[in-house]
Amino acid sequence: MEKVKKKIGSFSFWNWVTASIIFRLILIYFPKNLNLSSRPEVSTPLTSFRRLAEGYWLKQSFMSPYAGSMYHGSPLLLSLLGPLTINSLVSVIADVVSAMLIRATGQNLRLAYLRSLESLDLVKQIEVSEFLFSGDIAALIYLCNPFTIVACVGLSTSPIENMAVILCLYGACSRLIPLAAFGWVIATHLSLYPAILIIPVIFLLGCGPDSPPRKLFLQRHQQKEVLNQSKLPPRFSWGPVIHFAFWAFLWSVYVLVLCGISLKQFGGLWEMFKSTYGFILTVEDLSPNIGVLWYFFAEVFEFFRNFFLIVFHVNILFMILPLAIRLRHRPCYLAFVYVAICSMLKSYPSVGDSALYLGLLGWFVNELADMQFSLFLFCGYVGVSLLSPVMHNLWIWRGTGNANFYFATAMVYACLQIVLVVEGVSAMLNHDRKLRNLITGKPQDAKS
Amino acid sequence: MVLLQRPHILLLLIGTHQFLQCWIAFGSVNEEGQKQAEFSEELLLKPLPDHKLLAHFHFQSSGPPSTSNGCHHHLFPKAISQLVQKFRIKEMELSFTKGRWNYESWGGFDPLSSSNAKPPGVELWAVFDVPQHHIDASWKNLTHTLSGLFCASINFLESTATYSTPEWSFPPASGNVRYGTLPCEAVCTENLTPWLKLLPCRDKAGIALLLDRPSLYRGFYHSQQLHLTSTGSSSEGIDSGIILEQTLTVVLQPNSEMAIEVHASEKHIQPSWSLSSIFGKQVSGRCVLAKPSSVYLLLDRGLSAANGLTSENFWSNPSFELSANPDRIFLEESSSHSKSLSILYMFQVEKYCESEPFDIGLMWKVPVAWLCQQTPLHASRFLMGSGNERAAIAISLKSTQFTEGFMSANSKDGSCELRVDVFQVVPWYVKVYFHSLRVFVDQQPRAVSDIIEKIHVSPSKDKMSPGVMEVVLKLPCRVNTAALTIEFDKGFLRIDEYLPDANQGFDIPSAIISFPNFHASMVFLEDDSLNKSPLLSKFQEKCPVMSYTEVLLVPLTTPDFSMPYNVITITCTVFALYFGSVLNVLQRSVAEEERFLKAKAAKKTGRLPLLLSKLSAKLRGRRLEPLHSPPSSSSFINSKLVLKVILVAGLAVGWQYFFS
Repeated sequence: MEKVKKKIGSFSFWNWVTASIIFRLILIYFPKNLNLSSRPEVSTPLTSFRRLAEGYWLKQSFMSPYAGSMYHGSPLLLSLLGPLTINSLVSVIADVVSAMLIRATGQNLRLAYLRSLESLDLVKQIEVSEFLFSGDIAALIYLCNPFTIVACVGLSTSPIENMAVILCLYGACSRLIPLAAFGWVIATHLSLYPAILIIPVIFLLGCGPDSPPRKLFLQRHQQKEVLNQSKLPPRFSWGPVIHFAFWAFLWSVYVLVLCGISLKQFGGLWEMFKSTYGFILTVEDLSPNIGVLWYFFAEVFEFFRNFFLIVFHVNILFMILPLAIRLRHRPCYLAFVYVAICSMLKSYPSVGDSALYLGLLGWFVNELADMQFSLFLFCGYVGVSLLSPVMHNLWIWRGTGNANFYFATAMVYACLQIVLVVEGVSAMLNHDRKLRNLITGKPQDAKS
Repeated sequence: MVLLQRPHILLLLIGTHQFLQCWIAFGSVNEEGQKQAEFSEELLLKPLPDHKLLAHFHFQSSGPPSTSNGCHHHLFPKAISQLVQKFRIKEMELSFTKGRWNYESWGGFDPLSSSNAKPPGVELWAVFDVPQHHIDASWKNLTHTLSGLFCASINFLESTATYSTPEWSFPPASGNVRYGTLPCEAVCTENLTPWLKLLPCRDKAGIALLLDRPSLYRGFYHSQQLHLTSTGSSSEGIDSGIILEQTLTVVLQPNSEMAIEVHASEKHIQPSWSLSSIFGKQVSGRCVLAKPSSVYLLLDRGLSAANGLTSENFWSNPSFELSANPDRIFLEESSSHSKSLSILYMFQVEKYCESEPFDIGLMWKVPVAWLCQQTPLHASRFLMGSGNERAAIAISLKSTQFTEGFMSANSKDGSCELRVDVFQVVPWYVKVYFHSLRVFVDQQPRAVSDIIEKIHVSPSKDKMSPGVMEVVLKLPCRVNTAALTIEFDKGFLRIDEYLPDANQGFDIPSAIISFPNFHASMVFLEDDSLNKSPLLSKFQEKCPVMSYTEVLLVPLTTPDFSMPYNVITITCTVFALYFGSVLNVLQRSVAEEERFLKAKAAKKTGRLPLLLSKLSAKLRGRRLEPLHSPPSSSSFINSKLVLKVILVAGLAVGWQYFFS
């Protein structure tokens, strides 16, 4: 029975994958009326392909690609993507690769989850046969998400950035330490924010993929009064972490050397850092995007600008520690929460970032089955993605609306993401609580 | 008092010392009998084809070298010489312009138009004789000084985002040039008055008397310029001092009343005019300090050809009548590619005096139509696209009647090429994509490398520097139309970076289109008197033909200017919501357990609820007690408070007593 289910599932999975690829190709070869590449939702100053072309042109005419404030991406992307004419195919390939990596990681996570349930003897209480194939679901969410499709067809570099992040998580999950280090270094190099993913990666390498809290295992074994060490999840081991640190160092030196070589005759690495990371951190470009910082910094008084810059960036950093403490037994979920928080608070967010965390959300369909407000969130996402282009059109093209219209949709979008993060975290904690209650035999209706 | 006197004495000493030095220097020059300061005033009048009249005032004063003359000047304005000495300016040009020079009907090929047609607003360029790293500082100081001198907002050119460093396309080609424009500067009489102050006779005598403000500013085009050339501190050793040229070019519409009186029947006849009818004033003698003081009437090639004037019969003028007899008539040296010649009538103002003021009138007898000599290609610039997100700038070049003539003249040699230089500065909020540069020749897209011979680009940095594009185009001579397009994104500014009238839009300064292969010059015969007239000798200089395009108005999207507080509070609320709710979720379980334990404990010894219930019972049971108790307690507090106040007051009194 299960085998048949699995077969049907995988069959339809590949169907969906081909359908989404064909859909992308259709959109790419009918690009005339879409004009997606200039949408503010798709191309931010960091991910815009037009700016990349400008940087490439400047480099070809023996100027620094960072002369002028047009290009703010990596010099490596410039040498990789600059000479290509069919850039959209690259993003299609990147999307497919990330989907496959998501699928593999999801399967890995699901197996780990089943194993931990087995060792907790909860297989009977939770109907494991009802478990969805979270890897397939996550990959399909990632591939068929309109946000991903738009980011892919709209010629932005975010599919590549997403691929680097997923590569990092995949490598850490399947213990390919050099790959994880490579993904982390490249993701950090491309968009800075994935740097904080080092914490979930360390947890992943140290204790393995997501599992219920270690305390539960101990309680279980105390109940049984047999301490079976083999069934316990492994303790934190520093070996792979040191290994990872070594590889991360190696890869970052490698990347920096490559960057240095490609920028040798221009301003060098310092200029690169100033106009990539500096540009991200100081929010210099105030063109509208789906975030809220552009309007905030367009309106805020110059005197307070630095203060608020610090406040907003620290907002990301402040959340790292509490989340890491509470979710340390679930590093992949921690990574998802970090990615979601970054895409909400980042200075130039685009729909590509949302596509990434929505795809990662698919990994945890089984755990987050009891999540509240999921319909509300879904409707909110649909509503915002329909309203935001309308408001942008009213403001920029027709001149009948003003900036507040568009800003309001951005605000709603930020609130939706906040609700998603808060509800997601609380649902995961409730799930752990439920498991604990199952073990200790408490009534399940202990309300959170 | 002693302290105060000291600096006075010192200053006095220094002052006298300097004065003595200067005086000695001045005396020595006089003994040597070197170059004297000179001043000349000239006015050139030129009828234009579209029933208008061009008046070009040219005042030139030359200051003797500063090394030989110290800090004293006879005629030369001291403010300018100090400026030159302080900032070590080699060359500088400042122009205030209102209106737009109509290249199609007023011509663009003669020296008059190529050096006096300026972009609207303020244009300033300067060449400095200082080391490379001091130039920007000098420029900043210069803009501030000039803005004080001319009552204009030239100091806005101080910020690096407004001025640029042309590499090679700007005529005085060298690395020390700085170029800046303020296209939206309003030019009016407050700029003219300080400009006139630099003249030795101001507007009290001489030709400057004609500068009647209402009639000047009624004109179609008004450009007031100041050109400085200094060889003062050059390393070559040849020291010719400073030459200050002040020119004022106005295009006026003569009152057609006179024409109506005389030729009421004929409509297309040019309006007749006289100096008194245009300016409402007459010249009552020269400025005493001016060496040549003369008025010229220029009939350009087209007009003289239309009148049938040639080198033989230029004394007779069949189509018009002059009210005063010219003192001299100059004829242009015949050039290669035009048969007709310009004619210059010269009137000397020296002969006239208060009782017999100078006035010149021109009375047209028959309708005459002619065309001015135009630039090889007529340049215009416009914006493409709609909406406030992105657009494109297009510079279009159209062939004129001149190109046709030029082409027919040069058609024998097959590979004839027309070189066009384009110099374009864009402000930083116009984010130009240089890779989107397209070239169209005769409406056919062409490969950029075929047409563009040389390109120099310095991309704009946000809030730091403007974008500069210098392009050399090689066009085939038979070209009819050529166009350059370049796309840009419109930037979004902070609310305090918008101008007060933000919805009006922002100006993109004019592009400069120059034709380095062509030189506009007018060489007049009879050289002996030419040495005296600076205006005519300026005409003889070969100046490159260049034209300015229109100023473009780019509307930029505006944020809501009334919203800063709302945006700050709403955004901060949302972030606080995020922070608070995430933290709440994270610590909830711990709190929950604690609450659970507490609830258990409360069943045994609930102290707080007990207290609360007791209090409520008290309040309900004895209502009067709480009402009574507050006064007693408050009086107790009051007595304590009074004690404290007395203590503090005592301390203060003690403090006061101790320190007084």
